[in-house]
Amino acid sequence: MTVFMVRRLMQSVVVLLVMSVIVFLGVFAIGNPVDILISPDADQLERERAIRALGLDRPLWEQYFVFLANAAKGDLGRSFVFNEPALRLIFERMPATLELAGTAVVLSLVVGIPLGLYAGLKPQAATSKGIMAGSIVGFSLPTFWQGLMFIMVFAVMLGWLPSTGRGQIGTFLGIRSSLFTLDGLAHVILPAVNLALGNAALIIRLTRAGVRETLLQDYIKFARAKGLSHRRVVGVHVLRNILIPLVTVVGLEIAGLIAFAVVTESIFAWPGMGKLIIDSINQLDRPVMVAYLMMIVLLFIVINLIVDVLYSVIDPRVRLQDVKG
Amino acid sequence: MTLAKRTIGVAVAAAIGFAAAEGRAQDLAIGLGASVTSLDPHFHALAPNNNIAQHVFNSLIEQDENQKLIQGLAVSWSARGDDKWIIKLRPGVQFSDGSDFTAEDVIASIKRVAWVPNSPSPFTIYTKAIKEAVIVDPLTIELRTDGPYPLMPNDLSNFFIVSKKFVQAPTEDFNRMTAAVGTGAYKFADYARGDRIVLERNEGYWDQKPEWKKVTFRLITNPAARVAALLAGDVQMIEAVPTADIEKLKQNANLTLAQAASNRLIYLHMDHQRDATPFIADKQGKALAKNPLKDLRVRQALSKAINRDGIVERVMEGVGVPAGQLLAESFFGTSKNLKPEKYDPDGAKKLLAEAGYPNGFAITLHGPNDRYINDARVIQTVAQMWSRVGVDAKVEALPWATYAAKATNQEYSIFLVGWGSGTGETSSTLRSLLATFNRDTGMGQANRGRYSNPELDKVLGEALKTVNSAKRAELLAQASEIGIRDVGVIPLHYEVSTWGLKKGLKYVARADQGTLAMEVTTAK
Repeated sequence: MTVFMVRRLMQSVVVLLVMSVIVFLGVFAIGNPVDILISPDADQLERERAIRALGLDRPLWEQYFVFLANAAKGDLGRSFVFNEPALRLIFERMPATLELAGTAVVLSLVVGIPLGLYAGLKPQAATSKGIMAGSIVGFSLPTFWQGLMFIMVFAVMLGWLPSTGRGQIGTFLGIRSSLFTLDGLAHVILPAVNLALGNAALIIRLTRAGVRETLLQDYIKFARAKGLSHRRVVGVHVLRNILIPLVTVVGLEIAGLIAFAVVTESIFAWPGMGKLIIDSINQLDRPVMVAYLMMIVLLFIVINLIVDVLYSVIDPRVRLQDVKG
Repeated sequence: MTLAKRTIGVAVAAAIGFAAAEGRAQDLAIGLGASVTSLDPHFHALAPNNNIAQHVFNSLIEQDENQKLIQGLAVSWSARGDDKWIIKLRPGVQFSDGSDFTAEDVIASIKRVAWVPNSPSPFTIYTKAIKEAVIVDPLTIELRTDGPYPLMPNDLSNFFIVSKKFVQAPTEDFNRMTAAVGTGAYKFADYARGDRIVLERNEGYWDQKPEWKKVTFRLITNPAARVAALLAGDVQMIEAVPTADIEKLKQNANLTLAQAASNRLIYLHMDHQRDATPFIADKQGKALAKNPLKDLRVRQALSKAINRDGIVERVMEGVGVPAGQLLAESFFGTSKNLKPEKYDPDGAKKLLAEAGYPNGFAITLHGPNDRYINDARVIQTVAQMWSRVGVDAKVEALPWATYAAKATNQEYSIFLVGWGSGTGETSSTLRSLLATFNRDTGMGQANRGRYSNPELDKVLGEALKTVNSAKRAELLAQASEIGIRDVGVIPLHYEVSTWGLKKGLKYVARADQGTLAMEVTTAK
């Protein structure tokens, strides 16, 4: 296990380095930020001054090594647009995104697993067929359109929920989140459901497929033969065995929801990280783009690591060891 | 008895209803269409930031809804001799922290503008003409310039005055609101970056206090979401209503619209400089002997081939004004003699034939797709109109983030850009777009087609030294006529900005596209 972790960490550092080069080159290729940022009234001399002030007059490799040196000290640069450290901006937005992604994941699990189980256990029932048809609709709808429809129906026509934005923020056990106030909860429902629908559909289908496959296994027949109750067979033997693919997918889904909830965040004007990155791309705010993408790479690495560790917890046959291919 | 009871009942209900309405009527929520990135009024010369700063800070001179200059923290300004401006300041003005406003704050603000670190677009463009600023007495300052500088009042209307206590306060202190102390109608109450800005009425404001006690600006950059927020009643006002939704909102009985022609001209730049321009060739794709855009007849033909009324009516859904010069006629320094070029495809064909292109040529028209109202559709339409007179036009639309740098580096032959005149005069447009490019004097800094006409330069140069307003307006009009008749750029239309409001509210729509809570009132 220790060897595994050490090896994994070393791989992660290499991945981070490679990503930093790719991100840096990519960001450089998009365009010159000064042309976007500077007032059109500014003349050539002002423009050159701004280029120097932002450090863009230096060659790319030099900018990269300055970035690396600072990154080693935990400083990922300063936003051109906000004039604040890029990391601070990202961390400032993180709670909003986490509460949205968290709510969406919980919703999709709470809805997805029971429905998937039901559909898997009673594949011929009309309800199951309905669930499966619904799940196809669930992940075929474009998030963008679906979000606007939610706003039109629940905010504009029915007036039940607020259309956009994050609600009032409350404090509970020292944590500040909009999930702790009624106003905040009202605001989070629509965007969270919008994010959750597609994922719930995916989880339903995965669960159903897993259940159908597991039910045919010998150990299920054996458990039944032993006279175990239906509840125990499903609750322990089936559920535990379908968890492995689920954990993989849910892990990636969480990372995806955190990193790329861009569409939902812009439609619902949700002040999360997705909105930050899209604004930063439009304004060519290089330090924020680079810092954000590095953070996301790190996030994926960490989540994958957690998923791997969870495997060995769920399935004792899986050992985390140094596998030499 | 029953009647009396009922009357009282109705009266009470009315009173309660009224009180409730009154309580809410003190608050206003506005949906903004662009991100506000900082509360520091000197950090980034950017329209959305300035728009917020205008609520909390004042400039010495301000602009009314038509961009005419009006008194701000200065009550009078006059040129003395060839190199001095005397500015008299408004007495009895206090900052929101209770300190008095004096000439020292003005000097400190000019200093801070040049000092503020890491600015991607400093406000020094508006202070660089000031060679020296001298305090004559606490309420009078003298600004010295190199030679006559008639645009001083316009420049003074473009940067904000902060308290001298914060001359060295970094941007972060403003974002934390500790240094954001101004003389304006509002004070900052809360700032959640990327989400909202909450303002509170400054009860010690020197001018007429605004109607709203609390104003919340919500940043809703997605246009459809902004409209939805207005429809749902989450905000009472939005800016930048998408043209496709205007008709629908007009028919909604709960809403009303405010519109104004803006100072933004949408136009086409052409490559006037190179002999071989990259995106023009003959119809077989072979290079042409010379750059056709250097021929006045070709430029006139391209302009005549455009049906401006058609673009405004169809592409802009009526929300735009066909353009014949650099700014709409109501602005300072425009010419009465310049009208939008008439749609004349036959005339265009004839001119092309005269110029030696009876069969036309092939061209690629470039433009942004996320910058101006319906920009990508405008260039598609223009290209089709050109195809009708025999110019095969291809269209390439790019996101502004990649387009801007390429346009500035002169990588295109003919391309669409917009220009908003921050000073409300044609001097800004002429100087930036049509004057000969000169790195050292700053003339023609946005002249991406490198148009150059000595006659225009001479008249404009004279205008920029003429302090007498009437004389200057005349010279600017003359310079506009020279540039437009020579087709230095092809004007298409002036953008019209649209605001959506809850019924019962009134907004004085502004030419500078600004969204000011002070100008929103309950309709009487």
